[in-house]
Amino acid sequence: MTIDQLPVIIPVSLLIFTCLTLLFGFLRKSLAFPIALTGMAVSLAASILGLVQVLLYGPQSYQLGGWAPPIGIEYVLDHLSAFMAVLITFISFISLIYSRHSFAREVPDKVVPLYALLLLLVAGMVGIVVTGDLFNVFVFLEIASLAGYAVMAIGHEKAPVATFRYIIIGTIGACFYLLGVGFLYFATGTLNMADIARLLPDLYESRLILAAAVFIVIGMALKMALFPFHIWLPDVYTYAPSGVVSLVAPLMTKVGAYVIIRMLVSVFGPGFLSEGFPLMAVLGWLGAAAIVIGSILAIAQSDLRRMLAYSSIAQIGYVALGIGLNNPLGLIGAMLHILNHAFMKACLFQVAGGIRYRTGLWQIPMLAGLGRKMPWTMAAFTIGAISMVGIPPAAGFFSKWYLVLSSIEAHNWVFVIVIIISSLLNAVYFFRILEKAYASPESGNELVNTASDPPASMTVSIMVLAAGILILGLINAIIITNVLQPVVKLIS
Amino acid sequence: MFQLLVDHYPYYLSTVLLALGIWGMFAKRNLMKKLIALTIFQVSIMLIFISSSFKTSATIPIFDPDLGLTNPDLYINPLPHVLMLTAIVVMVATSGVALAVILMIYRRYHTLDEHELTKRMRE
Amino acid sequence: MEEIYSIKPLIAVLIPALAAILNLLFSRQPNIREFWTIAAAVAMFGVIFSLLPDVLAGRQPEISLLNIAPGIALALRVDTVGLIFALSASFLWIITSFYSIGYMRTLNEKKQTRYYASFALCLFSTIGFAFSANLLTFVIFYEILTLVTYPLVIHKESPAAISAGRKYLVYLLSGGLALIAAAALTYYYAGTGDFVSGGFLSNLAGQPNLMLLFVLFLLGFGVKSALMPLQGWLPTAMIAPTPVSALLHAVAVVKAGVFGFVRVIGDVFGPGLFHDIGAWQILAVMASITIVISSLLALYQDNLKRRLAYSTVGHLSYIVLGISLLSTTAWTGGLIHLVNHATLKITLFFCAGAIYAKTHIEKISELNGIGRQMPVTLGAFTLAAIGLIGIPPLSGFNSKWLIGQGALEAGAGWAMGLLLLSGLLNAAYLLPVIRRAFFTRPDKPLKFAEASLFMVIPLLIAAALSLYLGMFPDGIFHIYQLASDTAARVLDGVIR
Repeated sequence: MTIDQLPVIIPVSLLIFTCLTLLFGFLRKSLAFPIALTGMAVSLAASILGLVQVLLYGPQSYQLGGWAPPIGIEYVLDHLSAFMAVLITFISFISLIYSRHSFAREVPDKVVPLYALLLLLVAGMVGIVVTGDLFNVFVFLEIASLAGYAVMAIGHEKAPVATFRYIIIGTIGACFYLLGVGFLYFATGTLNMADIARLLPDLYESRLILAAAVFIVIGMALKMALFPFHIWLPDVYTYAPSGVVSLVAPLMTKVGAYVIIRMLVSVFGPGFLSEGFPLMAVLGWLGAAAIVIGSILAIAQSDLRRMLAYSSIAQIGYVALGIGLNNPLGLIGAMLHILNHAFMKACLFQVAGGIRYRTGLWQIPMLAGLGRKMPWTMAAFTIGAISMVGIPPAAGFFSKWYLVLSSIEAHNWVFVIVIIISSLLNAVYFFRILEKAYASPESGNELVNTASDPPASMTVSIMVLAAGILILGLINAIIITNVLQPVVKLIS
Repeated sequence: MFQLLVDHYPYYLSTVLLALGIWGMFAKRNLMKKLIALTIFQVSIMLIFISSSFKTSATIPIFDPDLGLTNPDLYINPLPHVLMLTAIVVMVATSGVALAVILMIYRRYHTLDEHELTKRMRE
Repeated sequence: MEEIYSIKPLIAVLIPALAAILNLLFSRQPNIREFWTIAAAVAMFGVIFSLLPDVLAGRQPEISLLNIAPGIALALRVDTVGLIFALSASFLWIITSFYSIGYMRTLNEKKQTRYYASFALCLFSTIGFAFSANLLTFVIFYEILTLVTYPLVIHKESPAAISAGRKYLVYLLSGGLALIAAAALTYYYAGTGDFVSGGFLSNLAGQPNLMLLFVLFLLGFGVKSALMPLQGWLPTAMIAPTPVSALLHAVAVVKAGVFGFVRVIGDVFGPGLFHDIGAWQILAVMASITIVISSLLALYQDNLKRRLAYSTVGHLSYIVLGISLLSTTAWTGGLIHLVNHATLKITLFFCAGAIYAKTHIEKISELNGIGRQMPVTLGAFTLAAIGLIGIPPLSGFNSKWLIGQGALEAGAGWAMGLLLLSGLLNAAYLLPVIRRAFFTRPDKPLKFAEASLFMVIPLLIAAALSLYLGMFPDGIFHIYQLASDTAARVLDGVIR
């Protein structure tokens, strides 16, 4: 038995619960969290069910309002979107559990709007993922972004300034995307992805289509903070509340990457984007530059959250590099890295938030001796760090493995070297922290000495993510053969 | 060549607006002016969409008993208008959030000058 | 070669992992914690030893677990050469465990739980490495080994230890990355990474990138086996507690590098291809240079453990030299030296550790007259030193003899001369230690006894084992047969 409405339940349940959270939250503040959590659980369950249905019966589609595509808006769950939906809702669910204590400590008087906005943010992200309509992607993109701007501006005193920069860059990105979609519409007269893909092969010669591709890719590069469009990101991640960052950092930039992948596999087709104008190659090289520069800048940071932010810039570079390689293995590597990096970064940012919760510290030199005081938290950090460096059996190794294989296949030796060197750079900044936490003599800092693992809900969610990193490493072959290879089949 | 320019003048004007918007966002120091530039930028894209729906000697896409429904050439394309209505909503929301953020900034720093703010951020 | 399904390799690998978990769980009860270490060591050796009859009969116990990448399984397979490595590492783990207890308790070291857990994990990855059936599994265990040794290197947590740890990581992670690149290239070229006796790249003969591939492997395993000029980390890492230096930096970790060469030459490239692309010359020359220079450097070390470290660097290169010569006898000799050097060097390190634990003396120049106080320890030291120099009936002689004979067979007479020269140099850096200990009058009267029995008995066992292997190369462990079977299997049909 299949549930036909699943594609639409995933985002709409979140929208409904956003309203409910606000409503009941204003009646009673303590109701906001359970309602938000319920909404997230419903969406997570729907996503998982959706993935199961896709795996069993193939792609599912739902026509909004009963209007058949290409006129009506179509919601599609295929392997790629189901994969992304599960990832987004799962990480959000874990982060929401985590954020309860963290919000109560950091922004106690704003929890109700925060939960509502977080749900809206996630609704936007899953909406982007499940919709089969290009303009609908724009709308959801803006829903996610607007909710994102709002939650990021809450928090540290400096957060609004950082957020304003993000608003400018993010809106430019979204508008570029809109312009690209407009060009596609002018050329084809439709906004439905499948329909465009059907019409496009006859129009490959058109300069309009090329311009559309360029605008969409640039717009999404802005959204995913790809070098050199990354300037807004470090400040935003540094000053936003830690519960927000642990949800936004692993997912928000990945959605931009998703849109590019979606365009590649379901709209333009891979041949178009690499022949003639080397758009994909440009993307790949920008990714390579992001990897190197992000890693080097991360080494220079002494603020833990800022270091993780620069590391995010480097990691999104891997995804861009994988997409830019434009071969099946590269795409698999990129998608696997979206998954792995979401777990790793969520775990690491939650650890950073946990340390801040207990000690109020985020300066790396002051973390000496923390390994003994917060054993579980730092153990999770170690796993995350190992995965970021790319040491097996942690998950991070495998996505890099496929990226290396794919670079070799493309005979792009520079990319091979970049991926390999970047592992060393990652090792420099992560082992520096591990060394501090485990091997440095205790500083005698009162804040560290009195620290302990954060409250159970935070520690458990951190540990779930850390365990997830190891499990993903072991089962990556299963994910690839069942979920990612069908996606890649679309282009090969 | 000239004819091309004349025929497509809405597009060229929109492009000028678009460039103006981008320039404003990066060149202006005052956050409020940046926001205005952002709005100009968004409007320019809407104009491009709206212009695309235009047809010579066609009327607005509202059913007219005199024209009937048989010949779509008599009406301009309604879809870009609909899309842009949504985009306007998005734009208004963006402006609202951005204004709220600007308000927060002003309350905390008592300035909207970007250089000054950058300096304060580094402290 | 018949492959049989067996769960034993998996059990052997999992026992130390379980031991690490139990160590962590019982961190507050030292006696129970150490009991688990010993029990795991004994059990693991038992399981590995029980694989011996099958392997000697020409069967290869094999187990394939879940896929770690599409088409690539996490697979373990026990063949003759893997068994040599696993047998030596697992047996020496037993005696090292006893020794560790004596050493760590005498010195009252802190964070012993972390020490024992990391140690067990090192064994986990070493055995996994020895039994890996394909290149990706191999790489994974290689990287885990690098990682879990790190806490042992920085164990003292002094600034010197931390900087040694950094150096260790830079070297080993770089090597590991070169290895990952090499593995990726191999999978790209061959489409497979399953080890096949005699190599699976032979159909790629003539490919220009084979040399690049070899250089990447050379970087990967050269770092781990401390081949010059990649040896920098090893002497620095001697800052770790002595049992670590003894088992890991003389047996498990560094031998993993050598073992990597054995696998790559024998089961990836295949000796024929390896010879044809001229890689053997590069490897042989590098090994020869390492042998000479490291022995010379050892002469100048006043710190006993550092001197032994340079000696290790040299002796690892003996093995590399032996296998790079690609003659059956030299291969056999090299593989036997893998075991012989392990027992000899572990004896020497145990002695150095016993001296340090009792007297806190690290420098050779301060050892005057110590032999009178600790006759058993220094007696064992003398025995092992003689063995390392290569004097019969100790085990070092056998392997050096075979390598030399193999060199002649391979038409590389210069290698024979090199072995003689380095034997002399070995004597030059080891005998002065003994002379000082026994025949030089101490500066001030000394009065202390042997170290704790937990340390003395293991080092006596190791010394006795060297003597036993010297007199009975085949013995109960059948090392000689395993080694010559490997050589015959790998070099089958190659004219050298």
